[in-house]
Amino acid sequence: MLSFFKTPRIRGGVHADEHKTATAALPIASDFPLPKKLYIPLQQHVGKPAEPLIMVGEKVLKGQLLAYSQGLISAPVHAPSSGIILDVNDYPAPHPSALPIRTIVLETDGKDEWVETHIIDDPFKLNPEEISFRVGAAGIVGLGGATFPTAVKLNMGRENRVDTLIINGSECEPYLCCDDRLMQERAEQIIDGVRLMLHGMTNSPGANLHLPEGCRTGRYGMKTEHAVVAIEDNKPLAFLAMLVAAEPYPTVNVIQIPTRYPMGWDRQLIRYVTGKEVPVGCRSSEIGVTIHNVGTAQAVHKAIRYGQPLLNRVVTVAGGAVKRPMNVEVPFGTLISELFDFCEVDKEQTARIVMGGPMMGDSLPHVALPTVKATSGILALTQSELKNTDEQPCIRCAGCVSVCPAGLRPLDMANNIRINQLDAAVDLGLKDCISCGCCSYICPSNIPLVQYFKYASGEVMARQQAQHKSEQTKRLIDARNDRMERIARQQREDELARIAAKAERERLKAEQEALV
Amino acid sequence: MTVLSAIVSLTLLGLFLGLLLGIAARYLKVESSPIVDELESLLPGSQCGQCGFPGCRPAAEALAEGSAPATMCPPGGSALAEQIAALLGLDLDLSDVKEPELLVARVSEATCTGCTRCFKVCPTDAIVGAPKQIHAVVADACIACKKCVEVCPTECLQMHPIEVTLRNWRWAKPLNVPAQSAGTGSNAVC
Repeated sequence: MLSFFKTPRIRGGVHADEHKTATAALPIASDFPLPKKLYIPLQQHVGKPAEPLIMVGEKVLKGQLLAYSQGLISAPVHAPSSGIILDVNDYPAPHPSALPIRTIVLETDGKDEWVETHIIDDPFKLNPEEISFRVGAAGIVGLGGATFPTAVKLNMGRENRVDTLIINGSECEPYLCCDDRLMQERAEQIIDGVRLMLHGMTNSPGANLHLPEGCRTGRYGMKTEHAVVAIEDNKPLAFLAMLVAAEPYPTVNVIQIPTRYPMGWDRQLIRYVTGKEVPVGCRSSEIGVTIHNVGTAQAVHKAIRYGQPLLNRVVTVAGGAVKRPMNVEVPFGTLISELFDFCEVDKEQTARIVMGGPMMGDSLPHVALPTVKATSGILALTQSELKNTDEQPCIRCAGCVSVCPAGLRPLDMANNIRINQLDAAVDLGLKDCISCGCCSYICPSNIPLVQYFKYASGEVMARQQAQHKSEQTKRLIDARNDRMERIARQQREDELARIAAKAERERLKAEQEALV
Repeated sequence: MTVLSAIVSLTLLGLFLGLLLGIAARYLKVESSPIVDELESLLPGSQCGQCGFPGCRPAAEALAEGSAPATMCPPGGSALAEQIAALLGLDLDLSDVKEPELLVARVSEATCTGCTRCFKVCPTDAIVGAPKQIHAVVADACIACKKCVEVCPTECLQMHPIEVTLRNWRWAKPLNVPAQSAGTGSNAVC
């Protein structure tokens, strides 16, 4: 009865057809043949692109640093296999536009020869700072798809009073099950990674001395007390495996959460697990929670225990046009076309290629694009799997309002965007839209709601940049006018000085003549 | 004698009134309308003249009077029109505002003679170079005023559309608008 009065912990969301059965029962395939050429983009993360430090023609070993991270929010890129650098140039990016991105092309030699790595016996003796430094140097980014550099998050964990570390094993997107298989097969590694992350977030003495006095919120020696691994209840085997692996460690809890898209959205998950709501415009660490993906935890395990940088990941290849759907471990830079050949994708039937899940993933124009750190899945969907795009007038059913996990009114926002009233859309909360696609999915009139929001977000960004540019232009014009005035003044003064000098000369000359 | 007194009195009167006017001009100065200043600060300030007024100040004055529409500034596009409308409290119809075409000047290295004429006229110092050296345009600072194109003796400066890259790529607006629902606004369900 009391539960009746509790505020509901899940807001909005949809339950889409899962389409996971085709791949969820198959073990992760590790027999993917090493591609002849790898196309490794220099930006596979949020932040600044990495800067290459190799030469064309140079021989590199597996795990060798190819490009170093630049600036605070960035991540380095390593060689996924051994071979020779063929080119550093612009190649199409795995992006809906397939516009060029700076890419290193590596011709593999088939030996897969490792660079020297250091195995650490007891990583828990390392400084927490050392842990996040190594995680950063290994090029680890959030593998759920957001690709935010993990080391930056660990640092934020140390600098804020973070008491809960949530490990996101929800994998709420239909079709995808790479995290599911990872949890079933490599549960120990993930749990070890989670414990290492907890250790990396320990606030050791002096860790936040560089911050101003008021900002040192963490106590010295304070620890993030516990980690919660949250797994959707449609993955009972993964839950069981993780439960067994976490058994010896009281700091790591494994819990089941309801299956509902978008459960894996950080704010939704935080609300469900902790009951706290992340305020608009705040980061989750500000309310004491940090969230990482299970794949990231496994990458941390490999990086800290074995010194191996992030070189490959498990990718789900699925969809109606795939004859052999599977979860397969591929090195970064593998072309999607090779992956599709391996999984026997029927080109005739493929109506759309999607990177990521069907709800939030990006549709790709062609398959000559590399897999990157963000590639959790590649889907080859048939026409029958796509949503009908036959747009009808809105019937005001308010379905989109009830499914919106961010609590917005999608129909009002879309109507404003249609008539270019972007400011009105921003007032309605456009910036809180996460483009989860629930509204488009549920809309009986097939209105492309999320497309409107993506367009509007880009447009708002463009306007901000235009605003910024016009301010800069004014500064430049003022600076130029000042300079021109200064130059004119200088010229006038010079002219006067010249006239004065001439008069002086003539006076002297006259005096001399008078003396003679 | 009468003539002299007339001259003296009129001169004194003139001087006194002149002094009075001088003091009045100093202390009772009419400030320019603050709304015009505000409008002028919103406008791009490049004095390009595309609106038909000789510069941004006269354009701002016309806006304040109400003799020019909020959508008058072509380089500002709809973003600026919205700001102006918000400031003046106008209703705005943005449906026929053309977004400014984004252009940037580029030097053709084959024909540049290094004459320095272009960077002398550039209002934002976006062109760099030296005499008899090939000039170059800093694309981020170029405002597409086309002043350099006019003065270039070899036509080596040309305007080009800004190249689309991953950084400035945006999603296009969905096209298929059903005939009836367009423009219904946010009418509540009754």
